[in-house]
Amino acid sequence: MATEHSRSVARLMMAPAVVLLLGWMLVPLTMTLYFSFKKYLPLRGGDLGWVGFDNYVRFVSSSSFWPAVQATLMIVGGVLVITVVLGILLAMLLDQPMWGQGVVRILVIAPFFVMPTVSALVWKNMFMDPVNGLLAHLWRFFGAEPISWLSEASMTSIIMIVSWQWLPFATLILLTAIQSLDSEQLEAAEMDGAPVLKRFYHIILPHLSRAITIVILIQTIFLLSIFAEIFVTTGGAFGTRTLTYLIFQRVLESQNVGLGSAGGVYAIILANIVAIFLMRIVGKNLDA
Amino acid sequence: MGRIQLKSVTKSFGDVQVIPPLDLTIEDGEFTVFVGPSGCGKSTLLRLIAGLEDITSGSIDIDGADATDVPPAKRGLAMVFQSYALYPHMTVRKNIAFPLRMAKLDQAEIDKRVEGAASVLNLTDYLDRRPGQLSGGQRQRVAIGRAIVREPAAFLFDEPLSNLDAALRVGMRLEISELHERLATTMIYVTHDQVEAMTMADKIVVLQAGVIEQVGSPLELYRSPRNLFVAGFIGSPKMNFIEGPEAAKHGAQTIGIRPEHIGVSETEGDWSGVVSVSEHLGSDTFFHVHETGLAETITVRADGEVGFRHGDRIHLTPRTDVIHRFDAQGLRIE
Repeated sequence: MATEHSRSVARLMMAPAVVLLLGWMLVPLTMTLYFSFKKYLPLRGGDLGWVGFDNYVRFVSSSSFWPAVQATLMIVGGVLVITVVLGILLAMLLDQPMWGQGVVRILVIAPFFVMPTVSALVWKNMFMDPVNGLLAHLWRFFGAEPISWLSEASMTSIIMIVSWQWLPFATLILLTAIQSLDSEQLEAAEMDGAPVLKRFYHIILPHLSRAITIVILIQTIFLLSIFAEIFVTTGGAFGTRTLTYLIFQRVLESQNVGLGSAGGVYAIILANIVAIFLMRIVGKNLDA
Repeated sequence: MGRIQLKSVTKSFGDVQVIPPLDLTIEDGEFTVFVGPSGCGKSTLLRLIAGLEDITSGSIDIDGADATDVPPAKRGLAMVFQSYALYPHMTVRKNIAFPLRMAKLDQAEIDKRVEGAASVLNLTDYLDRRPGQLSGGQRQRVAIGRAIVREPAAFLFDEPLSNLDAALRVGMRLEISELHERLATTMIYVTHDQVEAMTMADKIVVLQAGVIEQVGSPLELYRSPRNLFVAGFIGSPKMNFIEGPEAAKHGAQTIGIRPEHIGVSETEGDWSGVVSVSEHLGSDTFFHVHETGLAETITVRADGEVGFRHGDRIHLTPRTDVIHRFDAQGLRIE
């Protein structure tokens, strides 16, 4: 019952929220753009004037840029593979009728509620500590020499920590997708002579394809910006300096706000490319 | 070939026995319809035959070989589901070809059979579409196509027409009957609609609470229902049941008389009552008659042109040769 009148009232009432959100987004965005064209060194002379695209060129030509891109891709890719594969398996497992299903499903989502800083600290001190960590005890129990995870296998460790955080998200989305699969389709495929693995490949996987795409895109956006996990574990050392971490170092450790801002603008562009794909796919999903 | 024999088959879900011991033989080439109200176990019975549910005890023979522990894919049966269960991400062609691909037939043979099935079912123009782009009737035909390419020993239909509108249902009913005439393959068809059962079946199996109430040809069930349940279930509109002194006159606890076996007159008759509702179908008219002193409502069928209206007092005369008599247990008295 949206009359002309009620629609304009609705717009008026939404306005404060929209204006607030817009300001929240536009102010930092404008500031980042503004600083990215300036030579701005807070502790070494402050605002030293406009420099055009100098910061953009310096950011990508720095020797740490390509290793950072590589580290970012490895973390994003590794976490995506682990969460999607394990997520599908876990989702199929949780879809089976079992005793205590409700409780188990809530437990599965639990890691998602732990703050990144906390979970990274827990992993670092309780599991990966080379002297007192649970994994070190496990290694010693089997007579092996404990690994100092964060320095020797730094990339693997961070991928493990982040995967642990994001697995519940993937599982949950994929579980709801699996639950929407018509069981008669599986029965039809069974009657048609498809054994378990072929049923998975021909029926379940295509059914999940859209959910998998959504998981990949949403996770990519968030994984591009992981920071706390690196900050509290390796501090960007041992080849774990991602783009986000590089920007942080440029701004706060090198105290070069202009250079960091230019990196930030690159990150914004990258995230938006992923977001466009996400919007199109989710939009298509809503239309269907 | 498709002779299916159920020997004292039972099925329990936990402590609840949904199918008490049941024996049934379905002859090769027969069109058998399982009919009964919702929850009578007819779909369960079909799924037991298909192998989608395990039987609790007893055995199922297909063509004389014990198939009790044979997995569904190896039983040589094809099933058409209520929801059609088409694979939404595949084209019609791939849907129909799926069982053949699973059976690892070579591509030329697959193409030949798919084209053949498509032309039989008028689907040739739609082979490259996806199920989502088809109408209900076309989806139904794709599901049937997927079943016939396998050349199964028997077809199982699980309420295949219940998602179609009334006009389409009549058309598909005819198509399935024609398909049966052409293929002469055993078909087992589950429905809750007694009209579908009457029009399509060679043999009707009436089920109630997992128990077979009666097995027979449509006309056998119509002419001599074995008990009150079958009498009330087969035939439309429903048979009238009369108890009390009027039944006692015929030496029965309950007598049943079909609406089409009662004559209607304005002036004279054995019974009389007041018309409450008259339904004019054009070809027929159904009167719901109250205040007869026999039962709450007596339904009668008259010619399409008979024009009594609400509140008219009319007279009814049953045809005594087709009165069905039932005893206190509800069983038929011959």
